Amino acid sequence: MLHTINKSPFQTNALESCLRFARSGHSVLLFEDGIYAALKNTRFESLVKSSLTDVKIYVLVADLEARGMRTDNIIDGIKTAEYGDFVDLVANNKSVQAWL
Amino acid sequence: MKFGIQVNEGPYQHQSSDSAYQFTKAALEKGHEIFRVFFYHDGVNNASSLTIPPQDDRHIVDRWTALAKEHNLDLVVCIAAAQRRGMLDEKEAKRQGKNASNLAEGFRISGLGQLIEAGIQSERLVVFGD
Repeated sequence: MLHTINKSPFQTNALESCLRFARSGHSVLLFEDGIYAALKNTRFESLVKSSLTDVKIYVLVADLEARGMRTDNIIDGIKTAEYGDFVDLVANNKSVQAWL
Repeated sequence: MKFGIQVNEGPYQHQSSDSAYQFTKAALEKGHEIFRVFFYHDGVNNASSLTIPPQDDRHIVDRWTALAKEHNLDLVVCIAAAQRRGMLDEKEAKRQGKNASNLAEGFRISGLGQLIEAGIQSERLVVFGD
């Protein structure tokens, strides 16, 4: 299953809810304002890091860079994705849940 | 693979409208089929032919129209959401006694059943919203 998160964790609790419900083997894509969850040295870093043992987390590079953030500042273990990878993630997971 | 796309937000208001377009474009480039793009809630504003963005800005409405023409996409606007927001095609304008219509080329107005059908017929339904 693919979960998509488009909200900053500083704005809503979508990230926390999603990671609480995500099961082992699921994937999570951070895009739009959701990319802020991928950054190092925030108060969500430990939550994200502990989730990485069970779920794969991806961040959309276009949205990261559009916000002036850089890929060298994301948490180790989070994978970068282009729009084409977003499409592949949707195709490779049986269902997609948008945490709006 | 067959994808359905749902857009819940208007253009120039929230990024979801842009994200949906970029995703749809990338999916088509990868050879996937887009069964339908369904515009719901404020997403119906993506279909206004009266939209005039500044010349150095992207034209979100024309961009959808062009993509639809190129790939023969089915762009469906929810009728109930559209009528609330003053979005009419010629037939509806006439029926409601209005003096103008504003549905952009490449879009059509239909009911919520079209979203349900997209959910059934598509292998994946991807929702973009706020």
